Amino acid sequence: MSEVIVITSGKGGVGKTTTTANVGTGLAKLDKKVVLIDTDIGLRNLDVVMGLENRIVYNLVDVVEGSCRYKQALIKDKTHPNLFLLPSAQTKDKTSVTPEQMKKLVEELKKEFDYIILDCPAGIEQGFKNAIAAADRALIVTTPEVSAIRDADRIIGLLEANEIKKTDLIVNRIRMDMVKRGEMMSIEDVVEILAIDLIGAVPDDENIVISTNQGQPLVGDNSLAGRAYMNICKRVLGEEVEYLDLNDSGFFKKLSKLFKKSN
Amino acid sequence: MGLFDLFNKKKSGDYAKDRLKLLLVSDRANCSPDIMEQIKNDIIEVISRYMEIDASGLDIQLTQTESEGGNGTVPALYANIPIKDMKTKSKPVK
Repeated sequence: MSEVIVITSGKGGVGKTTTTANVGTGLAKLDKKVVLIDTDIGLRNLDVVMGLENRIVYNLVDVVEGSCRYKQALIKDKTHPNLFLLPSAQTKDKTSVTPEQMKKLVEELKKEFDYIILDCPAGIEQGFKNAIAAADRALIVTTPEVSAIRDADRIIGLLEANEIKKTDLIVNRIRMDMVKRGEMMSIEDVVEILAIDLIGAVPDDENIVISTNQGQPLVGDNSLAGRAYMNICKRVLGEEVEYLDLNDSGFFKKLSKLFKKSN
Repeated sequence: MGLFDLFNKKKSGDYAKDRLKLLLVSDRANCSPDIMEQIKNDIIEVISRYMEIDASGLDIQLTQTESEGGNGTVPALYANIPIKDMKTKSKPVK
């Protein structure tokens, strides 16, 4: 049984594409067959984060328009033979694809893949509607900022209205030093305000920038962010994973109470 | 940081949380400034029948409050209406 996951946030620049790349790569490392779809038509980015930008021949718009078969457009990952990318179109406009076309494409991909992960564009327009049309569940990415959380709340409402029942939260770019000083909302604060289940928190880690520079997702390596992303992947699979201690104060032990699946 | 600061200085994280909570109440209620203005005008009209109020000092906003049933917070309409004079004065009690 395959699962279709949309990664969305409302606000731009909070880490949707980075999260898509890392969750997708992590699931592939856990032996799942995974396809990532970049649905941000006109602003293609996932290929760059994955380091696959030089291998693009066909794209999402070519596939839905029937210019090629989807297998021709899929790009195999450099290091994981069970991981594929369907890149977005850079030159077409965002009305080139409809929600119905996305549903049809995803139905076909379900026959072959365990996980279909959709990288959603920012905003709540056509691109967002396309990305959520075929999704079974959503991972909502936010940062501990007023604007990002406000947009996430709006997105949660829209997902509910579109009957996507399973929504989990990823709090990205948390800085525990600032939380300790009281100058940043804590993970607990964000979870309390948005009132959805937390599936993981990713620290603001310079290794993310380095890995994006190299086009090599860091999930599964020894960095804090790499471990945080791998834990998220395991939780996506339904495993119970201890929460990473992002600092030494035991903050995360207290935090673990917030998680439905823990204890 | 002194002890004084510890008790008195509200940190920016708390400001962010408080602002967000208020913001989301009005976002979720989908209540536009137009509608709030209408509600305000209607309140002025009704209250003015009974007492003289300071319409310029009137402040209404959507906020949230603990529900009486004890099941968390619920949205509430908060109105601060400065009264200038009661039109129907009752006799002063000695």
